[in-house]
Amino acid sequence: MGYSFSPETKEKFDVLVTRYPEKKAALIPTLWLAQEELGWLPPEALAYCAELLDLAPSKALSVASFYTMFNLKPVGRYKIEVCRTLSCALCGAFEILDHLENRLGIRVGETTPDGKFTLMTQECLASCGTGPMMQVNGKRYFESLTPQRVDEILNSLA
Amino acid sequence: MSFPKILSANWGVPDNHHINVAMSRGQYDVAREVLGGARTPDDITAEVKKSGLRGRGGAGFPAGMKWGFLPKNDPRPRYLVINADESEPGTYKDRRILENDPHMLIEGCILASYAIQAHACYIYVRGEFWHQQSILRQAVQEAYHKGFLGKNCFGSGYHLDITVHSGAGAYICGEETALLTSLEGERGYPRLKPPFPATHGLFQCPTVVNNVETIANVPWIVRHGGDAYSQIGKYVVGPDGRPQVDSRGTRLMCASGAINKPGVHEIPLGIGLMEYIDEYCGGVKGELKAAIPGGSSCPILTADEVRSVEMTYESMAKHGTMFGSGGLIVLEQQTSLVWVLHNLLRFYSHESCGQCTPCREGTDWLYKILGRMLQGKGTEDDLREVLDIADNMEGRTICALAAAATMPTRSYIQKFREEFVSYFVKGGRPVDRRGRYLHPVAPVGAAV
Repeated sequence: MGYSFSPETKEKFDVLVTRYPEKKAALIPTLWLAQEELGWLPPEALAYCAELLDLAPSKALSVASFYTMFNLKPVGRYKIEVCRTLSCALCGAFEILDHLENRLGIRVGETTPDGKFTLMTQECLASCGTGPMMQVNGKRYFESLTPQRVDEILNSLA
Repeated sequence: MSFPKILSANWGVPDNHHINVAMSRGQYDVAREVLGGARTPDDITAEVKKSGLRGRGGAGFPAGMKWGFLPKNDPRPRYLVINADESEPGTYKDRRILENDPHMLIEGCILASYAIQAHACYIYVRGEFWHQQSILRQAVQEAYHKGFLGKNCFGSGYHLDITVHSGAGAYICGEETALLTSLEGERGYPRLKPPFPATHGLFQCPTVVNNVETIANVPWIVRHGGDAYSQIGKYVVGPDGRPQVDSRGTRLMCASGAINKPGVHEIPLGIGLMEYIDEYCGGVKGELKAAIPGGSSCPILTADEVRSVEMTYESMAKHGTMFGSGGLIVLEQQTSLVWVLHNLLRFYSHESCGQCTPCREGTDWLYKILGRMLQGKGTEDDLREVLDIADNMEGRTICALAAAATMPTRSYIQKFREEFVSYFVKGGRPVDRRGRYLHPVAPVGAAV
């Protein structure tokens, strides 16, 4: 087996697993810990998470593949996700998407050759009053976007 | 209309998410008193029943009654689960509570857990709310350090653990049984009801699932009394002695689309929808065409209906729609409703969990047919086909996602049929990247 948690992450896991009466319930939080360390969930990580919780590796894959935020393939250093659902679409989400495609030279679903950016779309991220918006690495929201603002953000991402 | 702000009173107070700031204005006082023995659990449930508070997640089910469904004298553990999986398109209100007043929610969790005698509470927050989760986790930690949570809450001997649980990206997990399945470490598949969560919920134990906003109301209700809460909003008793309108309290509305000032606003229930748009949202940007009143799963309202509907559960129902999650999306004349429906059907097709065939296939067929119409390749037969597919989806699935796609679909076609028909020309009707018609009038030759 090629993967195991760092001592620090293992400590976090040991705490979180006590929060549930059934070990299996800790599966999604455990997968999050692995993705936090690796940036994605390779088969070794899925197998390791499953083993920690006395589950079959296939169980971890079955669950991870259901949720859009788990990366089952490597992504760029910055995963950019643009919300394309109605409220954002009405105020220019597709213009932002066009701009990102042009600027990065890739299409939705692709990663730049230098491995820096991956571009994706997302469904409603609850920024309906502050659209258009994009989320970076499943964490930070950037809202009320304009093409100029997108350029500034891209430049600020090292 | 003058009314006390219950949920949003402290938004904008600096550092309001820190426990000392929250406590300086009395947060946790009520919970301390109640757990100290001032009120029994049944008292708290009775107070919430009296308030008339209805669930703010979408279905509008009376909150106190839901709590009352848990079986008495059952040896199994009980659970309180908070639905913070806010993902209904157009909705962004719970997010504001998590960001601005997490301690109000935590005190609500303590009171509600005590009322149903739960010793474990899970707050299921959508995975994308990474920032909101970190605020909430810190707030929960603070409450533990103060001794308000844990083995001996407020020194009362009452034991309560609150755990913030992150989702990982799935709209369906906002459906309460899917949320429970997901919380158990599974794919987020909804479950058949019955059995209901009240008897077989989380880990097959008695469980109450409530929305963030619903629970955030509880500290105010317990402090000021259910009667005070029920004075706000609209409550009308009919000649038979039964309520004709039962829409009490305030609620958070989230507005987006063609309005001048998008935002989250706390309103007293019962005001007119147009009054809300004009007074809180700065009016319509452009000429009003239609509006989706409570999130994308609600049937659409025409401009005339927007002008006549009141913000009550009952008036929404009379107009053939729902109050839903309070996510208002306003649409103006230039916007193509075929484009709008196509956008939403892609959403439902993407978010169907795939468990039931009518929904898994049906949402995708609807999305594809709408795509064909958008390109000007649609026919009258397609409209019939859409309605026929909708008939074969509704009521034939485990959860309501299929209906959340078909009810709006049917309403768009019924109320704006001519616009759909105007697409049945070669090339359809071109729109820009925001769904606005390039040629406001239907092209010559359109069969209307």
